[in-house]
Amino acid sequence: MQKLGDFKLPQFFNYPPYFTLQPVRDTREKQIQLWKELILDYCKSQKVFLIGVEDDFPLFSNSSIDRTLSHEARETFLSAIVGEGRAEWLDKGHRKCLILWHRIQDWADIILKFVRENGLEDSVMTVEEIRSGSESLGTELEGIDRTILMRALKLLENKGKLALFKGTSADDEGVKFSV
Amino acid sequence: MAGESTIGPDGLFHNAEVTTSGRPVLRRNEVECFLLSSVDLDSEDDPPRFASLRSGNLILTTHRLIWIPSSSQSNASLPPSSLPLASVTHIFSHKKSIKSMFHSPRIRFQVDSVVVVTIVFRGKGDFDGFLTKFWECWRGRAWEEDEKRESEASGSGTGAGTVAQGLYGNDGTVRMVGLAGILRKEQEQWESTDKSLQDAFQDLNALMSKAKEMVSLAEKMRQKLLSAPSSSQNGSGDDEEMGSKEEMQQWMLSVGIISPVTKESAGALYHQELSRQLADFVRIPLEQAGGMISLTDMYYHFNRARGTELISPDDLWQACTLWEKFDVPVMLRKFDSGVKVIQNKSHSDEEVMSRIRTLVTKTETLRTGVTASDAALTLKIAPAMAKEHLLSAETKGLLCRDMSPDGLRFYFNLFHEFDLTNLHFVKDFGTYGEWVKATTLLSV
Repeated sequence: MQKLGDFKLPQFFNYPPYFTLQPVRDTREKQIQLWKELILDYCKSQKVFLIGVEDDFPLFSNSSIDRTLSHEARETFLSAIVGEGRAEWLDKGHRKCLILWHRIQDWADIILKFVRENGLEDSVMTVEEIRSGSESLGTELEGIDRTILMRALKLLENKGKLALFKGTSADDEGVKFSV
Repeated sequence: MAGESTIGPDGLFHNAEVTTSGRPVLRRNEVECFLLSSVDLDSEDDPPRFASLRSGNLILTTHRLIWIPSSSQSNASLPPSSLPLASVTHIFSHKKSIKSMFHSPRIRFQVDSVVVVTIVFRGKGDFDGFLTKFWECWRGRAWEEDEKRESEASGSGTGAGTVAQGLYGNDGTVRMVGLAGILRKEQEQWESTDKSLQDAFQDLNALMSKAKEMVSLAEKMRQKLLSAPSSSQNGSGDDEEMGSKEEMQQWMLSVGIISPVTKESAGALYHQELSRQLADFVRIPLEQAGGMISLTDMYYHFNRARGTELISPDDLWQACTLWEKFDVPVMLRKFDSGVKVIQNKSHSDEEVMSRIRTLVTKTETLRTGVTASDAALTLKIAPAMAKEHLLSAETKGLLCRDMSPDGLRFYFNLFHEFDLTNLHFVKDFGTYGEWVKATTLLSV
């Protein structure tokens, strides 16, 4: 079976009907489930946070059998993921989709774990440091989408676990942990 | 024929054969001429026997009067009865009197010079037209020609069995004549053919009476064409000739229904009788089409067989919808897509489904899927029909579709075999496994 980078594709990725939105309800439901799992698996392993419906997302076409998902099919599958709370549309037109293979709550827990493991309970960090600092190297937080990170931080702020404050430069913010 | 002229209360009428749909079974050369509903048969001379023949349909043919109980009546259990016109010895002329103005119209005729029978018309209908036709048929003495022909036939040793259905032979096929017979009769045939054609086109009435001969002529010509390739096999016969011969054969085969139900002959009962005749007719085309045939195809077949007495699509539609009311072995079916078909009541979708399953689980089709025309070839049905079957197989979850620039294809539905908890899992046994083998074999 072919691979996408280091991601191993399932056998049914070569099954042509997999790329046609099935009209019969039972079959379609199974098809949607399969696509949902595959997209989440792929995004998690490849650290993909954003899928544009019109983009050349690698999963949306299979050149070896010459099949491509229709726009309707893409939107249907992504909407199914959104419906489960594992993704969010970033615009009303449903063109960009934020993939949350971890829910925001789970991301918040991961941040807390990261803080405790690194002894950062009462220290100050910039948001950018969390994404690309030396501490986060090799962890799930490395390269995390900024939108997702900010939402997780805000959730923790509401719980009183940290305080967000404006940094010196406009595009950077600081975090004061108080776990 | 001698046995039919027995005199007496029970011998006067014979039980008449009817088809499963309740149409009379006509004999060789017999043509239906008129039909009236709500008819009583009465006799002053023989009341017990006649007491029962009330409110039925009366059919006049060139040979017989046939009385068939109307299915909605309580007399439906009575056997259909017939009276040969040969035994009618006199038809009394219609007396116009004050009394007759208040009565239901009636016709009296004498049978075997003894019994006087009265036909009473209780319903609406062209009663005068019936009387005229009755006279015509009686005077025409069509049965005498048959007797002549029959004695000739028995002289040459070929038994002339009665025709089972009028449309088809006893064995259910279109009637056949022996190959040797054709060769022998060829010469005399062509001479008489020429005469028949000339006579036939004299005027339209004559054409109608010649219809019978035209049908048998067509049949004989078809036979000739059939035997030609085997008898005159000189080298590689050119395809064009073969093609035109085949076309001619189809033509000849289509000259089928000898006595079509018409608005003129059946009047108010037109659709009902048409419906019954259609039910009898569809049997063979339906068999050839594999138990299901589209309404459009049937319209073509039926009108082809009717020749000049064409019916409109609406007539066909009405005739089909009336089947619900009769006990006939066929039914009209409408697919979700709106396609209308005629199918045997015994026709089972399961059988078609299992054939489709066999088709799509072959190694080759597992990999490539099937199109409607692929299925049409395998199932030996029209592509439009095949598509309907594929679509209903899809609805049942047996198949799923693949839309690509190349068109619509159907694949065996593997979706339910894919494991959600482990996307890479493939069972060793199962169609998914077979599919993986089928696809990898080719790509490696």
